[in-house]
Amino acid sequence: MLLYLAALVVLLITAFWQINPFTTNIERVWSLDNLKTIFTSPAYLRIIGRTVGMAAAVTVVDAVVAFPFAYFMARIASPRARTALFVAILLPLWASYLAKVYSWLLIFTHGGLLDWGLGKIGAGQVHLIYTNWAVFIVFCYLWLPFMVIPVYAALERIPASQIEASQDLGARTWRTTRSVLLPLALPGIVAGSIFTFSLTLGDYITPLLVGGTSAIFIGNVIYSNIGIANNVPFAAAMALVPIAIMAIYLLGARALGAFEAV
Amino acid sequence: MTRTSGRTRPMTMALGLAVAAVIAAGCSSGGSTSASGGSTASSSQSGAAQNGGGAVAGQTVPTANLPVLQKVGKGEGQLNLIAWEGYLQPQWVKPFEQQTGCQVNAKYAGSSDEMVALMKNGGGGQYDMVSSSGDADLRILYAGDAHPVNINLIPAWKDFFPAFQSPAFNTINGVHYGVSLQWGPNVLMYNTKDFPAAPTSWSVIYNPKYKGQVTVPDNPIQIADAALYLKTHQPSLGITDPYELTQPQFQAAVNLLAQQRPLIEKYWDLASQEIFDFKNGNAIVGAGWPYQVSTLKAAHFPIGTTIPSEGATGWADTWMLAAKAPHPNCAYKWMQYISTPQVQAEQAVNYGETPDNKLACGYMDKIQAGSCEEYHANAPQSYFDTISLWKTPIATCDNGQSDCVPYAQWVAAWNTQIK
Repeated sequence: MLLYLAALVVLLITAFWQINPFTTNIERVWSLDNLKTIFTSPAYLRIIGRTVGMAAAVTVVDAVVAFPFAYFMARIASPRARTALFVAILLPLWASYLAKVYSWLLIFTHGGLLDWGLGKIGAGQVHLIYTNWAVFIVFCYLWLPFMVIPVYAALERIPASQIEASQDLGARTWRTTRSVLLPLALPGIVAGSIFTFSLTLGDYITPLLVGGTSAIFIGNVIYSNIGIANNVPFAAAMALVPIAIMAIYLLGARALGAFEAV
Repeated sequence: MTRTSGRTRPMTMALGLAVAAVIAAGCSSGGSTSASGGSTASSSQSGAAQNGGGAVAGQTVPTANLPVLQKVGKGEGQLNLIAWEGYLQPQWVKPFEQQTGCQVNAKYAGSSDEMVALMKNGGGGQYDMVSSSGDADLRILYAGDAHPVNINLIPAWKDFFPAFQSPAFNTINGVHYGVSLQWGPNVLMYNTKDFPAAPTSWSVIYNPKYKGQVTVPDNPIQIADAALYLKTHQPSLGITDPYELTQPQFQAAVNLLAQQRPLIEKYWDLASQEIFDFKNGNAIVGAGWPYQVSTLKAAHFPIGTTIPSEGATGWADTWMLAAKAPHPNCAYKWMQYISTPQVQAEQAVNYGETPDNKLACGYMDKIQAGSCEEYHANAPQSYFDTISLWKTPIATCDNGQSDCVPYAQWVAAWNTQIK
């Protein structure tokens, strides 16, 4: 734990150093230049906006997909079907992340499974490869289990009596869902959203592999600054951005009661 | 929410899942570097010192006056090398180890910038040599991380093509900091089904006709390719050297690449990505290395390759000696060995590049008939003159003026104006 915190502190300190632009040696001079560069350059602001937008979109879509799915698992499916669905949700987590992303690459590529299938049904071709739509779909797929499980857990805990009471009082399906199920499941949705949001915020491999010319996200900037350009101070400054965003997000999540359920 | 009747707790359960996934992602991402074949374009995407451009670290090499070795002594038994993947194949490393007793330990780097990073602090007393390219050499030199080399101790050096005996990227004021290794061009690649005849100009990769079918490396040094194109097509700019650009010349090249961006479907980071994209029809024309060409040819893919009329950029690699090399005798033995025509030929054929030793040609044909011709190891000076070899752009131009655009600004422009 101490090691982990020490590494974080070093990261925070490094963000306020510089590198010599020619030799790329770190110069231990305090300044806010890195942060200034990030927040005054339209390019970096665009990258931050794109990343947050992507994370939010993935979170919303995963929540919308996960809710009915989790509801079916928790309250409708027979025990046997529930087990099968659990396996279906958890099994992909056992496969390598890279294997999954590369499979999507093969699905999206020109003449790949997607275009081939659409061509068969006469729907034309979409050429999703190397677009942010491809990145978006892969993210939604990758993080869906992290949303389904907490939502399932939240829905499962709602006593049937409350739903029955709602129906006895004349509420129809939609009204029951909105006024009873959703408020009670909200902590689960928020808990799941923390994962879908933060995982999207930090990922750089999916954009690198299936993304195109505009698939530059915060993670990619950090990755290329550390691994390739060797500008660790700038990467550290960039890493402060998702930390700050997540801090705000977690405060919001706490206000919505995501942690009280624990 | 204080209800406690549930059996599972959302946060606890999800947390366990998240930890597992993060570990899995971490493992697989670590593996991706080696799995991808290690051929990375040295893409840089930093905001690298957009503030401090022009601050070139002095114009003297800090290590210039260190004493050089006068006589190669007994080997130290070990040799730690930083290399491009494919540069330390057992075919030529094994015989070296047997002859000299120097055990070679390889550290593969994925990009020029990574090599610069590994050579920090003179190789840290850990690494002996690095097979760096021209775009990294000067950065290593001026950071004081390279050691002067006594070139007289390397007999085969006399047989090098003159251009590679004392090139500006590894020899400063007559002091050598390593021995040149091999070189190669960045070629125009095209699908022969779409281009029955070889394109004669780089204009195809700037032509809106091929929108979404062009691929070029994800690398700021690509600005030099645009400058090379403009050298021919906009003579009024007065570009003489694509690595020494004044602000207006630089901006013209950047603008050309910004116009090219909508045509690009993917800037490739890994050689394997470009191969995948040609194979799957995501790209039909683009810039690449002979390595991708030979890999695609080996897969019987209809790939064509040419050096268009404007010429091409290229790389030239050097085995540089680290300032704090712990095994100097083995390092000299390695420089002697890797410069001999037989070994030069072996590496050239294996990797698909051009040897610096002019005697290597005959040996290449023995290994693979016609390979000397294929990799231009016997080509006349006029061929060599069409290639502009990579070098680090610095603020001081060759003519002594200091109005050239330094590399840090290349990186910044690549990220903020082009991509």
